[in-house]
Amino acid sequence: MTSPTLPFTKHTLANGLDVIVHEAHQVPIVAINIWYHVGSKDERPGRTGFAHLFEHLMFEGSEHHPGGYFPPLQQAGALLNGSTNTDRTNYWEVVPTSAVELALWMESDRMGYLLPAVTAERFETQRDVVLNERRQNYENRPYGMAMMAITSTLYPPDHPYHWMTIGAADDIKAMRLDDVHEFFRTYYHPANASLTLAGAIDTPRAMELAERYFGDLRPGPAPAQVTAAATLTREHRLVLEDRVELPRVYMAWHSPAMFADGDAEMDLLGDLLANGKTSRLYRTLVYERRIAIDVSAYQGSRELAGFFLVAATAAPGQSLTDIATAIDSELHAVINDGPTDAEMQRAAAQVEAHFLYRLQTVGGFGGKSDQLNAYNVFCGDPGYFSQDLTRYTSATRESVQAAAARLLRVDARVVLSVVPNGQPALALAGSEPVSVS
Amino acid sequence: MAVDRSSPPPVGNDPLFHFPEIVRHTLANGLDLRTIEHRAAPVVTLVIQIEAGSGADPGNQEGLAAITADMVDEGTGSLSAIDVSDALSRIGGDYDVEVGADVVTFGLTTLARFADRGATLLADLITRPSLRETDFTRVRQLRLDRLRQMKDVAPAVAERAFLRLIYGAHPYGHLSIGNDAALHAVSIADVAAFHGGRFVPSQSTMVIAGDMTHQAMRALAEASFGGWTNSPTPVAWGRASEIEPPAESGTRLAIVPRERAAQSELRIGHLAVRRNTPDYSALLVMNSVLGGQFVSRVNLKLREEKGYTYGARTGFDWRRGRAPFAVHTSVHTAATADAVKDAHAEIEGLRGARPVTEKELSLAKASLTRGYPRNFETAGNVARAVAQLALYGLPDTYFQEFMPKVNAVTGDDVTRVAATHLDPSRLTTLVVGDHAAIAESLSRLVGDALVISPEI
Repeated sequence: MTSPTLPFTKHTLANGLDVIVHEAHQVPIVAINIWYHVGSKDERPGRTGFAHLFEHLMFEGSEHHPGGYFPPLQQAGALLNGSTNTDRTNYWEVVPTSAVELALWMESDRMGYLLPAVTAERFETQRDVVLNERRQNYENRPYGMAMMAITSTLYPPDHPYHWMTIGAADDIKAMRLDDVHEFFRTYYHPANASLTLAGAIDTPRAMELAERYFGDLRPGPAPAQVTAAATLTREHRLVLEDRVELPRVYMAWHSPAMFADGDAEMDLLGDLLANGKTSRLYRTLVYERRIAIDVSAYQGSRELAGFFLVAATAAPGQSLTDIATAIDSELHAVINDGPTDAEMQRAAAQVEAHFLYRLQTVGGFGGKSDQLNAYNVFCGDPGYFSQDLTRYTSATRESVQAAAARLLRVDARVVLSVVPNGQPALALAGSEPVSVS
Repeated sequence: MAVDRSSPPPVGNDPLFHFPEIVRHTLANGLDLRTIEHRAAPVVTLVIQIEAGSGADPGNQEGLAAITADMVDEGTGSLSAIDVSDALSRIGGDYDVEVGADVVTFGLTTLARFADRGATLLADLITRPSLRETDFTRVRQLRLDRLRQMKDVAPAVAERAFLRLIYGAHPYGHLSIGNDAALHAVSIADVAAFHGGRFVPSQSTMVIAGDMTHQAMRALAEASFGGWTNSPTPVAWGRASEIEPPAESGTRLAIVPRERAAQSELRIGHLAVRRNTPDYSALLVMNSVLGGQFVSRVNLKLREEKGYTYGARTGFDWRRGRAPFAVHTSVHTAATADAVKDAHAEIEGLRGARPVTEKELSLAKASLTRGYPRNFETAGNVARAVAQLALYGLPDTYFQEFMPKVNAVTGDDVTRVAATHLDPSRLTTLVVGDHAAIAESLSRLVGDALVISPEI
C-alpha cells in the first residue's frame, strides 16, 4: 500500500496572490477555488454577520460585468458557490475546460473591481436574503439556536468566536453600504487570497492564465490576523426552550486549534465515541440502553481555537440527567483506560480510506482544490496533505487518552439542555435560562 | 499584458465527452450486472438496486420497505449489528441505503484492495440478513422517534403533506418512513415476508464501478452474489407505477399550522408525467428556465428581486409513474401571500403569456449540457448513474445522447411542454406556517384553506 498524495505547484505573484495548480486529467473539467483569509472572526461585536453578507454581494456582479455573477458562468456550464465560516471565505467554480478563462476573468474582476457594482438596492435585497437564510436555517429549525447559546458562553463577548458566522439579526439589519467599502479594501485583495486551479489543465498554462488575469490587480497590506484566548473556570449549565419534541443535551469544551497538538487525537476521539454502531456512546446510549435516539461527538477544528462537542437526544420519556450521567461515565472510561487496540485499528483503516476518498473530486466544498487552499492558508504550505495524514497515522492509544484526559474536564465545560417550550424542568439540574435571538 | 476587461472572454468549444463503456452480463440467477472501469482512484463502488421502494408498501403498512432496508445491516449469520459496523469500518467502507419510490438502492464504496471483503459482506447482508426481533424492536422505535421529531421540521412536514394531497391513497402518496400507526402495525414477520418476496436476484440490478477490469468485477459479482437464489415460491407483485393516481380537480390551498413560525414553508404543484415521457429533455430545459437553477425565473423573482427567501426552486421528483412537479421554497412569513402569487404567475407566464426568450433558452441548455461531464467524476457517481438506466429502462447510450437531445430543444418545445404539463387550474398550494398570520391574505388569493394536521 502506498500513501495517497496530493501533488501541486505553487507560485506567488508579485502582488502577493498565491497560485496553486494540481493536474488531474480524467474528466474534462477544471476547478477554480479562491480563499480569502477573512471570516466572522474578523468582525466586531455589534457588527456580526458582515463577512457572510459580503460573500452574498460577491455574487451580484462587478464593475466590468455588473449584470450578476451567475449568468455567464451558468451559460458556460459552470457549477459555482461560496461559503463563509469563522476563519475564511471561499468561492469556487467547476467549469468545462473550455471556460477556464471566463471563470478567471470573473473571479479576478470581483477581486479587483467589485464595489462599483454594489448598489444600495442590491445591498438591501441581499440583507433581506440573509435574514431569510437565518430564519430558515436557524430560527425555524429545531435545535437551530443551540450553537448560538453554546458559543456565546464558551467564548467571552469580545472573543471572535463569541458569535456565529450568520450574525445577530439586529446587527444584520443595521448594516450600511459604507461598511462594504472598507471591508472590501481591507480583506479582498491578492495578498489576502489564495487561488487554486485543479483539473484537466497543464501547469504552465494555468500559471500563465493566473498571471494574466490576476497579475495586475493592486496589492494590499496583509491584514493583521486576530488572536484571542478563552478559558472556562467552571461548568456552565444552560437551558434553552425551543420548538422541539424531545430534549437534547449538548456538552462543549475548549480544544486544540486546527493542526495544533491534540487536534487529530480529538478528531479520532469523536469517531470512537459516536461514529457508527461500534462507537462507545452510540452503543451504550442508543443500542444497548436505548435512552437516547441519536448521539454525536466531534472536534470542531478552527484557526484560533477548537471546541469539542458531544450531543445526544433523549428517547421519549428518558431524562437528560440519565443521559448526561451515561456520557460522563463513557468519557471517564476513555480518560482512564484510553482506546482499545481494536478501536485504533478501525480508526487507522477509516483514516486511510477517508483521506483517499477526499482525492476523488477536484472541485466544490472539500474537493482537492479546496484542500490545497486550506493547507496553504492555514499552514502556509499546500503540501501539508502528507503531514496531515501523518498526524492521524501517528496517533496512539496513549496520545488519544492523554488528549481526552487533558481536555474533557467536567469542571470546565458548557452543558446546554434544549427542552420543549414550556418544560424547563426537563433540563439538567441547576441550568440557567439562556436567551438567544 | 493587461487584461481586456471590456467583456468576458469567449468560451471555447465544448470538450469531447465520452461515457465509459458499460459491460453487461446476466448471472445464472438472473441478476442484471453492469460494470464500468473507473481508474481515477484505487476505489470501488458496488450498487445493488432492488424492486422494493416505498411504492411497494402495503396500504396499511406504510414504512415497511424502508424499515426492511434499515434491517439489512442489523446482522447476518454470526455477525451482530455491532459486528457488521465493525467489519465495515475495518475496510474503510462507506455504506448507504436510499429508499426511493420505486426501488431501494444499497451502496458500498471501499478501497479496491478490499473489494472482495466488501462484496462478500454486502451479499451476506442483502441476501441473508438476520432479521432478529430484538433488533427490529429497536430499529422500529428509532423510526417512530424520528417521525415524532419530524413534526418540528417544516420541510419534512411539507413533503409529507404535499405527497398525500396530490397522490391521495396511491402507493406513492407517503414518505418512505411511513406513519406512526402503520409502523406500529408492522412486525418482524412482515419484514421477513417482504424481504423474501422482493429481494430476489432475477428482479435486481448490480452495478460495479471502480479501479478493476471488467473481468475482475464480473468475477467479484459471481463470487459474492452468484449464490443468491430466487424464492422457490415466487410472490406475484405489481409495481406502484402501474397504478394510475386519482385525478386532481381544481386548485387547492392547504395550511399546516405552525404557530409563530418565522417562515412559511411552501410547496406549489401537481402531478405531472412519468420519467419515460418523450418530453423529458424539453421538460428539463423548461424547468431550468422556470426554477431549476440559480438564474431562473422563480429564484430571480423571489430571491434576487424581492428578497422574500434564501432560495426558491422548481423540479420534478422523477419516478416510473407520474411524478410530482413543485415549487419548493421557504419565505418570510410576512411575504407568504406575495410569494405564492409570484410563483403562480411564473408558472402561468412560461406557458405562453411570457414565453421563454432566446437568451433564457440558451442559458438553460448550456447549463444542462456543458457541465454534464462533471456528474461522472467518481466511481460512486458513475455506478449510481448506471443504476438509474436500469431503473428507468434507458439504453446504455443514454449519457452519450443526453447533450445532443437537450441541445435540440427549441423555444416552441419549451412553451409546448409548459402548456401541456404545467396546469395552473390544478395547482395545490401547501403552506406550513403561522396560520393566524397568513390565512386571510392567502384565502383572498387562492380560496379557502383546508387546514390539515402535520400527520395527514
